[in-house]
Amino acid sequence: MHELSICQSLIRQVETLAKQHRARAIARVTVQIGPLSGVAPELLEQAFYAARAGTLAEAARLTTLHAPVRVRCEQCGAESAAAIQHLTCARCGGWRTQLISGNEMQLVSVELVGGDHAPSKQEETAYV
Amino acid sequence: MCNTCGCAVTPAGRGLIYRPIETETHVLSTLNHLLAENNTQAAHNRAHFGAHGVLAVNLMSSPGAGKTALLEATIEALRDQMRLAVIEGDLETENDAERIRARGVPAVQITTGAACHLDAHMVHRALHQIDLAGIDIVFIENVGNLVCPAGFDLGQHRNVVLLSVTEGDDKPAKYPVMFRAADLVLLTKTDLLPHLDDFDPAQAERRLRQLANPAPLWPLSSKKMTGLEPWLDWLRGHARKASAPAHSGVEFSAALNHA
Repeated sequence: MHELSICQSLIRQVETLAKQHRARAIARVTVQIGPLSGVAPELLEQAFYAARAGTLAEAARLTTLHAPVRVRCEQCGAESAAAIQHLTCARCGGWRTQLISGNEMQLVSVELVGGDHAPSKQEETAYV
Repeated sequence: MCNTCGCAVTPAGRGLIYRPIETETHVLSTLNHLLAENNTQAAHNRAHFGAHGVLAVNLMSSPGAGKTALLEATIEALRDQMRLAVIEGDLETENDAERIRARGVPAVQITTGAACHLDAHMVHRALHQIDLAGIDIVFIENVGNLVCPAGFDLGQHRNVVLLSVTEGDDKPAKYPVMFRAADLVLLTKTDLLPHLDDFDPAQAERRLRQLANPAPLWPLSSKKMTGLEPWLDWLRGHARKASAPAHSGVEFSAALNHA
């Protein structure tokens, strides 16, 4: 239940990017959320519409891309789909696996209105 | 309903209605973590602990699983061996910090108000109130919650998750994000096990393995001071690693899995 905190951080990130590119506004924010990130996409969306008020993103839409839960088995090497409570290998049943997809919590892209396409050199270093 | 996650936002309160953008737009691609700000601060905190050779342990559990009781027992057991400090996270009250201070250990209380987790910035502010010189281990007692704290790197070296035997042994399956992040799971209040017929430690361990987590799972009772030795050895070993010079090749990384 921490989606509002995450959204406030997200809004600050996209506002920084928009200012670097001298954009007038942000039209769309695209994020990727995996089921094992701990973030509920529907709560993130509600929180986004609350957090965007009064910012360059106040008319922005949020697009959420999903990510499948997949694991790679350390024993047999197979890659397989998994469930969030059962991250075991679908081929050999072993539990020693590495998660290769499913915990994503990423800003994928930002669609800006107006401005230039490259950040100003002076401001580029401010955003790491 | 809380003030944090957006669950109180109704459809009528979703702010401004979407207005079509009339002018041309362009798309910037990024691959930034949504919590990049927090993670940068966490890395700074970790470097700060590292510079002082201090082990930082993030304690997480549901409310009432016995985090503060574990700290009290640990303080007594390590009294003549190590110097400890504690950062306490709670929504309200200074009670837990007072319990720690009563044992002669410095404690800083963070009251989060409505926030359901600690973040790296809160821990950074708390660190300004702690003199790390001579300290071996800093415990960060997170807000009692098995959901939100798992998402926020604080700059700790290791995550320890407590599961009390008065909870269900299926908790790892119900809270996979939290239990996947655990470097160590402690089964607490095991002195009560004889009175409970529905908690099977072996089942709790199976659930943990199904999350592909190889973390040890050790039973103990803080109240009876039993089963503490593996935990204390674990602390001594990790504190030794944390205090080793940086060039010795011992390296601590972030405990959480960041995409």
